[in-house]
Amino acid sequence: MKILVCISKTPDTTAKISFTDDQKFNASGVQFIMNPYDEWYALVKALEIQESAGGTVTLINVGGADNETIIRKGLAIGAEKAVRINAEPTSSMFTAYQIAEYAKAEGFDLIFTGKETIDFNAAEVGAMIAEYLDMPYVSFANAMTLAGNTATISCEIEGGTETVEVNLPVVVSAAKGLAEQRIPNMRGIMMAKTKPLEVIEPAAFTENVVTRQFDLPAPKSAVKMIDADNMDELVRLLHEEAKVI
Amino acid sequence: MSVLVFAETHDNTFKKPALEAVFYGKKTASMLGTQCIALVLGDAANAAQLGKYGADKVLHLTDAALNSFDSQVYASVITQVAQTTGSDVVVLVHSAEGKAITGRVAVKLNAASVSGANSLPELSNGFTVAKSVYSGKAKVHYTLNSDNKVISIMGNSLPIEANGNDAPVESVSVNIPAARVKTTKVDRITGEVPLPEAEVVVSGGRGLKGPENWGILEDLGKVLGATMACSRPVADAHWRPHHEHVGQTGIAIRPNLYIAVGISGAIQHLAGVNNSKVIVVINKDPEAPFFKAADYGVCADLFDVVPKLTEAIKKFKAQH
Ligand SMILES: Cc1cc2nc3c(=O)[nH]c(=O)nc-3n(C[C@H](O)[C@H](O)[C@H](O)COP(=O)(O)OP(=O)(O)OC[C@H]3O[C@@H](n4cnc5c(N)ncnc54)[C@H](O)[C@@H]3O)c2cc1C
Ligand SMILES: Nc1ncnc2c1ncn2[C@@H]1O[C@H](COP(=O)(O)O)[C@@H](O)[C@H]1O
Repeated sequence: MKILVCISKTPDTTAKISFTDDQKFNASGVQFIMNPYDEWYALVKALEIQESAGGTVTLINVGGADNETIIRKGLAIGAEKAVRINAEPTSSMFTAYQIAEYAKAEGFDLIFTGKETIDFNAAEVGAMIAEYLDMPYVSFANAMTLAGNTATISCEIEGGTETVEVNLPVVVSAAKGLAEQRIPNMRGIMMAKTKPLEVIEPAAFTENVVTRQFDLPAPKSAVKMIDADNMDELVRLLHEEAKVI
Repeated sequence: MSVLVFAETHDNTFKKPALEAVFYGKKTASMLGTQCIALVLGDAANAAQLGKYGADKVLHLTDAALNSFDSQVYASVITQVAQTTGSDVVVLVHSAEGKAITGRVAVKLNAASVSGANSLPELSNGFTVAKSVYSGKAKVHYTLNSDNKVISIMGNSLPIEANGNDAPVESVSVNIPAARVKTTKVDRITGEVPLPEAEVVVSGGRGLKGPENWGILEDLGKVLGATMACSRPVADAHWRPHHEHVGQTGIAIRPNLYIAVGISGAIQHLAGVNNSKVIVVINKDPEAPFFKAADYGVCADLFDVVPKLTEAIKKFKAQH
């Protein structure tokens, strides 16, 4: 079983968000983490499959050298090797194209992504990789079993869950429930230091999406406090002022 | 040139996000001086009604193969229709299905795409579309420079109006590829608006002390026609089902009204709810961080306030 896990880097949710004058993300003082869906569910499920069916788990990340901290963490959790495509992603399509270009020659049986990144929430890289590779795509998987070449996957849909069957190779995006988060142990952290991390240059790509501008929302006006004994007043405000009931 | 909207259906009906997508498509088409075509795949009741929300024409493809979902099949069909109708803008819903299709259609059409847009395109300087990022802490504007554009839109992004007439419904012929993903079981929670679509959400946290106390919240939810939600520790403790968990690691919602009861307002919780239009917080701790993110606050014991609020709403509903 050859498994590829796509991992991305995102600011911690508690980070203060600001932008530089030239409309770039201001990274100073920001703590970055591996995207939780990638770390907690995609990677751990890949390891579980590898542990029971044999094979290898490779990590891939599209990003600069500063992403190696999260890549090493993924190796410490248990992946065997990693690939970093040395480019700052400019769009989901750019990222997906680079990953697909790498995967094309490797013949993976399973490609995992996270459900979405928690900073941009596009939830589209997995579908794009699947399209480039002409593979089926199962999104938002929250449980998965493998029998031979067939995967049975439960996934989140609008207002419920559904179960699907699909033959490998397949691209799967991982949602909550797919696996239990693993914390890297000391041995894993030591071993990660010597695991292979290959750096490759990006393939040529014509970018059609330009990030023009970021802006911060207007500060929220102060909360209006309402007396607990005057719920009629709250209802009036919700009706007349907020116009939501 | 035209705008093609994939109007998705669930159980043969159009939910509000699909109507919003049609409305969004129509507004975009008007700006571009072209028409809006809605595409319906599989069985659907009354596809002509999409005209009311702006579709100039509805293309309805009823083939049993389309009654179960495979992103590859849907993306292929949508792309073929976009090509035969000469549509250079494709609009989808940013739903579970929509997310699985958007990226594929974008690749097939070699289009620039924005997934999860929440405002209409801005055409004064190229074709620019905005979306909310960093848990609602910022907004990003993307300019789409290719001839073809694919946009999926977030629910509750713009108020819709139904003021048109029924639209003519036509069939269309395409090649439907064989599905590779086979759906064997579907479990939908019935009778409740799913959280991502809900306009009113009533949510409870650890302040409720235990699952046996949810009755007062459910009563409030009922008078408001709300969907119920909860904080993560509540779902983790199995006080409430997991599908109600909202926040960074749960579902992200954007209702018109979010009522948070006995929830402290940790940043990871806010990440999933602070795109709500109006937030009401009920908490007995005046220092609870949630008050900073709220529009209206009641600082009191929830066991006392919630039944009073329910009564006040009942009274209001009886008068209106
Ligand atoms: C990586 C990560 C991801 C996370 N993801 C999520 C997520 O997706 N969603 C989420 O919700 N959390 C998430 N959390 C957890 C989050 O940090 C908080 O711990 C959680 O939201 C707290 O839940 P709570 O507000 O229900 O409970 P508490 O923090 O215990 O707050 C209970 C509140 O109830 C009030 N209260 C108590 N009794 C009464 C009363 N009688 N009347 C009125 N008010 C009362 C208290 O004043 C208090 O403010 C995440 C945490 C981490 C580290
Ligand atoms: N720069 C990246 N490198 C590797 N994988 C990525 C990158 N960006 C996104 N992904 C993967 O794609 C998933 C969905 O991302 P997105 O479509 O951006 O929401 C993530 O959870 C990752 O698994």
